[in-house]
Amino acid sequence: MSTKIKDATIPHIPTSARISRWIGRNLIRIYAVFAFTYLFIPVAYTFAFSFNDSGKSNLIWKGFTLDNWQNPCGAPEVCTALVNSIKIGFLATFFSTILGTMIAFAIGRYSFKGRSTSNLMIFLPMATPEIVLGASLLSLFLVFKINPGFWPTVIAHVVFCVSFVVVTVKARIASLDPRLEQAAMDLYANERETFRRVTLPLVAPGIAAAALLAFSLSFDDYIITNFNSGTLKTFPEFVYASAARGIPAQANVIGSAMFFLALAIVITGQIVGRKRKVSA
Amino acid sequence: MRKIRTPYLLLLPGFAFLFTFFILPIMNLAQTSTQTPVGGGDTGEFEQTLRFSNYIDAFVENKEQFGRSFVYATIATLLALAIAYPLAYAIALKGGKLKNFMLILVIAPFFTSFLLRTVAWKQILGEEGFVVPTLRTFGIIGDSTTLTSTSFAVVMGMTYNFLPFMTLPLYASIDRIDPRTLEASGDLYANGFTTFRRVTLPLSMPGVVAGTLLTFIPAAGDYVNAAILGSPNTKMIGNVIESRYLKIVDYPTAAALSFTLMVVILILVTLYIRKAGTEELV
Repeated sequence: MSTKIKDATIPHIPTSARISRWIGRNLIRIYAVFAFTYLFIPVAYTFAFSFNDSGKSNLIWKGFTLDNWQNPCGAPEVCTALVNSIKIGFLATFFSTILGTMIAFAIGRYSFKGRSTSNLMIFLPMATPEIVLGASLLSLFLVFKINPGFWPTVIAHVVFCVSFVVVTVKARIASLDPRLEQAAMDLYANERETFRRVTLPLVAPGIAAAALLAFSLSFDDYIITNFNSGTLKTFPEFVYASAARGIPAQANVIGSAMFFLALAIVITGQIVGRKRKVSA
Repeated sequence: MRKIRTPYLLLLPGFAFLFTFFILPIMNLAQTSTQTPVGGGDTGEFEQTLRFSNYIDAFVENKEQFGRSFVYATIATLLALAIAYPLAYAIALKGGKLKNFMLILVIAPFFTSFLLRTVAWKQILGEEGFVVPTLRTFGIIGDSTTLTSTSFAVVMGMTYNFLPFMTLPLYASIDRIDPRTLEASGDLYANGFTTFRRVTLPLSMPGVVAGTLLTFIPAAGDYVNAAILGSPNTKMIGNVIESRYLKIVDYPTAAALSFTLMVVILILVTLYIRKAGTEELV
């Protein structure tokens, strides 16, 4: 009986047609899977070769080992470079987040004379290729007889991170509901209290996202760093310098560890954000 | 009175910083670009002159690398747009509950150093990787054909490395589209393709403009992909500037090249933004 009804309502479709219809409907999803695979091929490769029992040059698969993960500082210079990158990253993030957030509040919150010039001033560093930023800063340091090194690199990183912080925080400020601040004022909060207890907590996720962006831009930067770091070596510089003769597997360990660490931070942030949204 | 001063006070530290470490260096770069070597020799000492012929010399000597930079960057940008648009579309309109997770996946490769990933491509596509032998076995490429050290590898590397910069702004603008406008288009008997061409695409233009800029600008000045994945025949203007500055120590030529690169990019960007008619970039 039931089969009869089925036959009556759904005409028999050959399997091949059903498959092609499914593909047609899910084409964009299938595409997304391929695109993500493409994005992750070199990440997976880097991860896989962090387990390579490679000796000095990590070019050919020679066998599985956990040695590299147990001894990530085993290759010369690799951990010094990593520590340099982390120090520079934190300092650049700290300064660019403060400067950028202040600018974002000025542009996002006030209308004043020179606002469009300010916007241009933020856009220009983003429209300037990194190599020009790096080279011009180096020539300035040379004029003032400042040797390239740690602090020049931090300054250079702040220059290119500030704009990205401004754009990120500004977007968050623009999405705020002005009624929330009006409500605070209606409840007799003065301007400073409103800012501290309402505005700032609402903008905080944007500032956190900007700081994370600034750190990853700084940590991953090669071009500007290469011009301003002098004899100091950051992690990307270490990788670049050793690319010719083969990168030690320890670099793959560090790259992969950074990947999982950052992923964990971002996902935790997402979950915390969602919980706050639900409770609010 | 206080209210009028507040935005300027907020801007002051940041803009003082940017003036000192962005505007002044660019002015200094312009100044350096017309210097002349002392005694005309390779002493590494330069004196301030107004030798504008530095620009002509630098350009004539390196026009090939200039052309290559813009051709490579254009192709890489178009490829990245072609790859990223459907991906951003899938995340924004078909992502459902997985939307945030997929967004994290787009930026996740960033966290493995981009240099490590570029070197990984070099090894994957290199002679010892598995791609080349496989292609040779099936006779798709000849025995003497290589994938690395070619312009193909350089463009591919740039496309790959800048893909997230393209995908994120595209996603942001597609995600902002009110789904009701798409339904309305369907109700007015537009088929899927017409809806895309007449509704989705025009509404996502700000993302297309932002994404192409965020890809094209770094790509045109890039030299890392060319250095790792290319050969001397794929040198871009970034490679020339880098070696002039850091290896040959020919500051005037390097400065002239940098300044030219910056001005050309700024002109292209301005024309492009005008043509695309979007103002809300920053």
